[in-house]
Amino acid sequence: MSDSIAITKISELANPTRFLALAGRVLPWLAGVTAALFMIGLYLSFTTEGDYQQGATVRIMYIHVPAAWLSMMCYTVMALSAIGTLVWRHPLADVSHKAAAPLGAAFTFVALATGSLWGKPMWGTWWVWDARLTSVFVLFLMYLGLIALNRAMDDPSKAARVSAVLILVGFVNIPIIKFSVDWWNTLHQPASVIRMGGPTLDKEFLWPLLIMALAFTLLFFTLHIIAIRNEIWRRRVAAQRRLAARLASREA
Amino acid sequence: MNHTFYIAMSYGITAVTVLCLIAWTWLDGRARRRELAGLEASGIRRRSAKPTEVSQ
Repeated sequence: MSDSIAITKISELANPTRFLALAGRVLPWLAGVTAALFMIGLYLSFTTEGDYQQGATVRIMYIHVPAAWLSMMCYTVMALSAIGTLVWRHPLADVSHKAAAPLGAAFTFVALATGSLWGKPMWGTWWVWDARLTSVFVLFLMYLGLIALNRAMDDPSKAARVSAVLILVGFVNIPIIKFSVDWWNTLHQPASVIRMGGPTLDKEFLWPLLIMALAFTLLFFTLHIIAIRNEIWRRRVAAQRRLAARLASREA
Repeated sequence: MNHTFYIAMSYGITAVTVLCLIAWTWLDGRARRRELAGLEASGIRRRSAKPTEVSQ
């Protein structure tokens, strides 16, 4: 019974007009909670103690780790949307993965840039071609490739299907990124938050990290809903312009 | 370069990237709304829009 209710709710969202109405109601709350969490997270990030080994550079962790986590979560959202496009032909699924790609690229860029800025004082180098750094760099290139592919094809439905296949093939990179630090000998440290046996971080660092991670996650969903709404409007403009052109040619 | 430089650069790059994303989504949405309003003003409406307006 509850399953059928959940399916009905998801089916209702397939209607872009219903999605727009829901987005209009949800966005102000989502944006407000995101801003509040960022204020708390940033306050904690700059008021908690420094690490006994890393000193104040540990503060880079509060933006690097959430950005790295989002770079993978965004691709997972895109992979689910790709399944929605290919299997259920959900009308908003391809809009969702098209809208998410620039956001994923931006968060992956932040993860790479802040990682490099953290690596220089701690490792003594800006970059090494180890498994973790290289696989995240490949993820960044995949995001750029998907953005280019979507823009290169005129037919949105064809672009959606080709992108969806490419996204699902590329999803193999996500477990490689996650487990690269366990499978290979890397300069990058192993997992210290999401791991068997619980986090190894002290509570002094864990709380600001978790709050910043939640703030970044809500920021992603806020921007994703806005980007989906923009894409729906873009398609409506294109459809109405085609209608206007047909009417004009009939009159001529 | 001291630690403060690396921390400031990290937070600076993140802030600029996030602000660019917010500006992009906001400006894109504003441009699309203007285009839709322009089309509606010139009498081009979605076929599904008319019955909804009548029922309201």
